[in-house]
Amino acid sequence: MARFIIVTVFSVLGLLVLVVPWPGVFLSAGEREIRVLARDFAYAPGVLRVSRGDRVTLVLEAEDVTHGLYVDGYDVDLVAVPGRASRATFVADRPGKFRLRCSKVCGTLHPFMLGELIVTPNSPFWRAIGMMVLAAVGTVAFLRAGRRDAGDEAPS
Amino acid sequence: MSRPVPPRPVGAKRRWELTRWPAVRNLLRQRALNWVTTTAALLGFLLAIAAGILGTGAGSANFGIVFVWIVWWGLLMGALLPLGGRLWCFICPIPAPGEWLQRKSLVGPPSSGGPAGLLSIDGAHESQSPGGLSRGGRWPKSLRGIWLQNVGFLGVALFSAVILTRPSVTGWVLLGFLAGGVGLAMLFERRSFCRYVCPVGGFIGLYSLVAPVELRVRDPLVCRDHGTKDCYLGNEAGYGCPWLEQPWTMDRNAACGLCGECLRTCTQDNITVNLRLPGSDLLVAHGWKLDEAYKAFIMLACAAIYPVVFLGPWGWLKAWANLDTLQGFGLYALGFLALNLLALPIVHLGTAALTRWAGGLEGVPVRRLFVALAYALVPLGLAAWMAFTVSLVFANASYAWPVLSDPFGWGWNLLGTRDVAWRPWLTGWVPPIQAALLIAGLVASIAAADAILRKIHGKAVAIQGVLVQAFVLATETAFLLWLYLGASA
Repeated sequence: MARFIIVTVFSVLGLLVLVVPWPGVFLSAGEREIRVLARDFAYAPGVLRVSRGDRVTLVLEAEDVTHGLYVDGYDVDLVAVPGRASRATFVADRPGKFRLRCSKVCGTLHPFMLGELIVTPNSPFWRAIGMMVLAAVGTVAFLRAGRRDAGDEAPS
Repeated sequence: MSRPVPPRPVGAKRRWELTRWPAVRNLLRQRALNWVTTTAALLGFLLAIAAGILGTGAGSANFGIVFVWIVWWGLLMGALLPLGGRLWCFICPIPAPGEWLQRKSLVGPPSSGGPAGLLSIDGAHESQSPGGLSRGGRWPKSLRGIWLQNVGFLGVALFSAVILTRPSVTGWVLLGFLAGGVGLAMLFERRSFCRYVCPVGGFIGLYSLVAPVELRVRDPLVCRDHGTKDCYLGNEAGYGCPWLEQPWTMDRNAACGLCGECLRTCTQDNITVNLRLPGSDLLVAHGWKLDEAYKAFIMLACAAIYPVVFLGPWGWLKAWANLDTLQGFGLYALGFLALNLLALPIVHLGTAALTRWAGGLEGVPVRRLFVALAYALVPLGLAAWMAFTVSLVFANASYAWPVLSDPFGWGWNLLGTRDVAWRPWLTGWVPPIQAALLIAGLVASIAAADAILRKIHGKAVAIQGVLVQAFVLATETAFLLWLYLGASA
């Protein structure tokens, strides 16, 4: 019975962590233009930060060879050849961390040429942390409740 | 040396025997099954070697890179290992040529009974190779365990930025594996290479402890009363266990390659393949060994290092790992080895000592806790590797279509898929999948830690001891979540 209650309580709490609206979120709806340099299997800057709701324009410049920039989750794809920049605009309407990855084969380390787009507030990360804490505490509670049910008490 | 027959394992009732179905039992007893699967895999393996060495230097257009490090790795970490344990070892082509030479046979059972290798359980007879081409020597005692596999894996992992991105290096490494498998099969009995050397087999063995599949004897008492031990020595129906396991003593998956020889040779119909609750092997106390504990540390440390190096935004770190400069690589190697061999084990040692103090386990040596509690890292480590693999596979799997048509990158279009463009698959879903995997791994690891402590103590330890374990495991999980979902800067 105790275990059933624990599972129910922690499941409800977990659901709340997942669905409760993130506090203090206001769509900024600002305009952001970010210039990204691609060279030697890396982007500079490697981490782009925007606010949720921003209208983001990415300008990709390749410095050594042709590079691409694909944004996970947004399906934005840019290709730039050296000397000719490429740009794309999108609305950052989903919060979280999204990988930037090169979409044009550019050399040996091409598959690992990655960067990050962080759309703040990064609620998916904090929700995951919340779920993790609940899972850890819930697991310990569940296991201990089982001990008590079975009469297998821990030493004091 | 035969060990005493163990008592029927605790929780044996929580098993669902797959081999009770005649169709399954008959299928697994087919000798040709092994040959068909390993031969098919060997053809792919040889193609990967040839493409790697002879084909294009562009990894994403080379069968060797794409099918080994994306397709095979994705299948291994996404399905075969978590669901089937050592199922890959059943398919693996690396030991096949050596084994065929040992047996001088591709499929058939030994004509006069007996294995290609050891002829006696008690060691009274020297290892021999009846009719085979192997010297059939015993693997040196000093090299038993999985220390060599730990070293081999660390070596591959340390150079993985080079191996994973250069087709020719991948080709030569695979060829080296094949040569090692054949060479050692010519010198040593049975699958000594798989059991003691293969860097992949080492971690598959560790993670197979949590797999929901097992091969076991149905009733150990039947084996106790049955003297001929056909499962180990072989008979006219099949060979003695290639993995040097004695099935009647086997109570964990670590060294069972699921080859099915014992299913064929057992005259008592006493071998079963079961579904079971995942993770029960973690609690087999006589299996707790320092080499496996270190394997758990190495795997978890590498699962944390890989996303930093390969998925992170730091180009300079990739350049270091990529051997761009010797000095950079030296620093990378130093950090890599220190994290694997010192930092994580030291943290874990401190955690074990704290658990001992907080949990009221003063009578238990810290070393025993250090080794035993390393097994609690196994579920989290596997989950961390699965999370990394999701990143790798979802983003790069579409490279498989072109290389199917043009494995060497020479412009062929065999299947008409050469021009399929690279397209990441569902990468927007990757972070939540990774979070779910890591949290599931954490839950399983806390449950494992609690069960291991209870096993050691004989009853539930004080809650403070479990909380120490839960806290450290949660901290490690939080770090992994940060790598996949948090901002790197």
